[in-house]
Amino acid sequence: MSATVQQPAPSPEIVTLDTTVVTSWKAPIAFAIFTVLALALAVFAPQEGDTTFRLSTQSDLIQLSEITVPTMPALWTTIVLLAIATAYSAVLVSSKRRVPLWLIVVFAVLFMFGFLTWAASGAAIPVIGLLFGSLSLAVPLIYGSLAGVIGERVGVINIAIEGQLLAGAFTAAVVASLTDQPLLGLLAAMVAGMLVGMVLAVFSIKYFVDQVIVGVVLNVLVIGLTSFFFSQVLAPNASLLNTPPRFERLPIPVLSEIPIIGPVLFRQTLVVYLMYVAVALVYVGLFHTKWGLRLRAVGEHPQAADTVGIKVNRTRFWNVALAGAIAGLGGTFFTIGSGIAFNKEMTAGAGFIALAAVIFGQWDPIKATLAALLFGFASNLQNTLSVIGSPVPSEFMLMLPYVVTIFAVAGLVGKVRGPAAAGKPYIKS
Amino acid sequence: MKLELRGITKRFGSLVANDHIDLTVEAGEIHCLLGENGAGKSTLMNVLYGLYQADDGQVLLDDQVQQFAGPGDAMAAGIGMVHQHFMLIPVFTVAENVMLGHESTRAGGLLDLPTARAKVREISERFGFHVDPDALVDDLPVGVQQRVEIIKALSRDARVLVFDEPTAVLTPQETDELMGIMRQLKETGTSIVFITHKLREVREVADRITVIRLGKVVGEAAPTATNAELASLMVGRAVELTVQKEEPSLGDPALIVEGLTVIDPIGQLVVNDVSFTVRRGEILAVAGVQGNGQTELTEALLGLQPRVEGSINLDGTELTSASVRRILDAGVGFVPEDRTEDGLVGEFTIAENLMLDRSGGAPFVRAGNIQRGALADFAREKVKEFDVRTQGIDSKVRQLSGGNQQKVVLARELSRDLRLLVAAQPTRGVDVGSIEFIHKRIVETRDAGVPVLVVSTELDEVVALADRIMVMYRGRIVGIVPGDTPRDVLGLMMAGEHPAEGAAA
Repeated sequence: MSATVQQPAPSPEIVTLDTTVVTSWKAPIAFAIFTVLALALAVFAPQEGDTTFRLSTQSDLIQLSEITVPTMPALWTTIVLLAIATAYSAVLVSSKRRVPLWLIVVFAVLFMFGFLTWAASGAAIPVIGLLFGSLSLAVPLIYGSLAGVIGERVGVINIAIEGQLLAGAFTAAVVASLTDQPLLGLLAAMVAGMLVGMVLAVFSIKYFVDQVIVGVVLNVLVIGLTSFFFSQVLAPNASLLNTPPRFERLPIPVLSEIPIIGPVLFRQTLVVYLMYVAVALVYVGLFHTKWGLRLRAVGEHPQAADTVGIKVNRTRFWNVALAGAIAGLGGTFFTIGSGIAFNKEMTAGAGFIALAAVIFGQWDPIKATLAALLFGFASNLQNTLSVIGSPVPSEFMLMLPYVVTIFAVAGLVGKVRGPAAAGKPYIKS
Repeated sequence: MKLELRGITKRFGSLVANDHIDLTVEAGEIHCLLGENGAGKSTLMNVLYGLYQADDGQVLLDDQVQQFAGPGDAMAAGIGMVHQHFMLIPVFTVAENVMLGHESTRAGGLLDLPTARAKVREISERFGFHVDPDALVDDLPVGVQQRVEIIKALSRDARVLVFDEPTAVLTPQETDELMGIMRQLKETGTSIVFITHKLREVREVADRITVIRLGKVVGEAAPTATNAELASLMVGRAVELTVQKEEPSLGDPALIVEGLTVIDPIGQLVVNDVSFTVRRGEILAVAGVQGNGQTELTEALLGLQPRVEGSINLDGTELTSASVRRILDAGVGFVPEDRTEDGLVGEFTIAENLMLDRSGGAPFVRAGNIQRGALADFAREKVKEFDVRTQGIDSKVRQLSGGNQQKVVLARELSRDLRLLVAAQPTRGVDVGSIEFIHKRIVETRDAGVPVLVVSTELDEVVALADRIMVMYRGRIVGIVPGDTPRDVLGLMMAGEHPAEGAAA
């Protein structure tokens, strides 16, 4: 046998194909629709007077002056700018270029400004309150979406976020009421969420039951259990079991005095501060640690992970449990996080919105957080506008968060690829 | 390191995949494991690698009995494997893939990527691989991905390296380079198990050959054995290795494709400005390494691709962006690349699969009802004609062997009145006996005056069937050359080099 070494002389090449831009008229069409909507508001429902944007609260150290704009001129200026953005996007697409993300963001901000100006004509918009409330409403969504991201990245679709949130909210209320210790309630909520996660994990990993079905069933189960205990046990003994203490607001010195940002981000409760930490930890953990590398490997190509000695199903089990604990922690927001007693089905679909945030956020913890914030903003906008007495019917405004969700997930997501093995059980022969 | 397998037996239900297999590989030896698809080679190696647990038998390394609970144990013992389907995470970089499973970390538990990169560079330089540790695996050509697999194994100090069908995805040149790498590894004392069903490669590189058939060792051979000897050992009878075919009697141009471009969802031109003609009574074979646009080309011909530019014309009818139904009605027969995915419904019976594309009306459907009687007669006739080995026409297709499944697909497609046959990878995963039969039927179809387009990544098949050969590389046609073009020229063309002399069409 000849032992001459052949010359392996490969070039370090990357497969490149010629490319073309796949253009989509989605963005210009959406822009046009929103521009026409704004125009319709201006033409058919003109508002007299001025609109005020209030940028500080009375307790702020640094007071920013209010900004007042005349409603109709401001709206018309916005419409012109929207029309320009629409035309520009149409030009881009027809010359086979993509509509850049910044244009979409600018368009959205402009439209929102125009809409707010119109809706709050003759009144003052508390900008701080609007943003603060958005963040608060986004808290359970963010925890839920972190749970979703971890679950799907490791290969298990976590539809049971809703159930985990609800279990967390219930347990937190009961344990905190009994012990008068919100921290114990928080720990108990994490355990409850984790247990729901473990049930999901066992059925989907060990018994290969369809993950979506297990998730849906778990949601229904948790709703049923908590509603039963609520009406049979909690309601008759409300003073003992369902008067949870709340986490106090903990303003962070110095940071909380920064104009706008301070009151919104740094006058929050422990649940919110833990959320900042959780987002950062999950992000760094997923992309820069051994834990994250293995987790993502298991969710992308479980067999490859197996061949390098990673225990696929064990990794999946414990990470789904962890995801459950995070969602359970998010559930505390509804009760001890806000100082509200537990009530039937009080999570009201937050788990499903969180799931939408996972997809809109392209399975990335930071982007999913931003998506959740957007949904939180949409929800709070509805609250704020009904408080200041806007001309928009409140029933219509109630749809807003869900309309935003549908548009965001269906329209703007574009090309996304989730973890390749999400939803598929790993079956070894 | 010396590897010894003693009496390995592995059963899947009633199927005995490995029946008391003995195998010894000395240190610094390249040992070929030769056998047909389904002979049990991969099962044996998965047992060795700890992916499967053997029902009986022992694995010994340097005369020590080993117990592998999983691949982790096998790796720790010094066994590395280059899998047929690469065990790489496409969205990870090379360094991340290499470090996965034995990551080194820095303070705070953060991944130590610099160390992993250095390791990749070191091994890569030792063997002249030129692999960039920061490249995404998804962006690398398969040949380079395979090197990443080798680096992965070597980074864990593998002393026994198993190559499972490593050449299936390579160009002939890349195959030669791989042989060079194997010899280089052997020099350093690594024992190599080389699994393949390609005779040429075995004879070129092996020190010893063990032939497996139906889960049993049927013999050992020296590398000096002839192709015919090895083939008959492998199949268990004498086989015809060449296809008998007459000179084609060419008719008019039937399929005329001009400037065909297929765009994938992210804007890549996976088929790029492709023009060719197939004449009546001619087989045009499309050669090329997997993933160079052949799949998309055949799908575009069938109307399965959404973004197609250019023109497809069959017998004067424009078929560009026509519906699949219209294209089928125009007389196009299609043997898809992956029969279990696109060709058959596994849970349906043979008879049902035979009428899949004819559910629109007579003779199998009248007034919305399936004509069971007509269908059964038809199915029985086809099963006989195409020699489908089955218990009956009501057997589920899933239960058939690969070769018999492919015969069902072929029977269905050839039983219509064809004006064009498109066959993609017609013999992939098919036993040698069925290959002979399928090739014969394809040539008969040609002789009946039907233009045939065959896509194959197996050069043997291309050379055996083609009247003309079209080579594709990165979505483009490298050249269209006569069927008797030498293999080394075709090999170069498959790597994207245009033939030196003017290509005859």
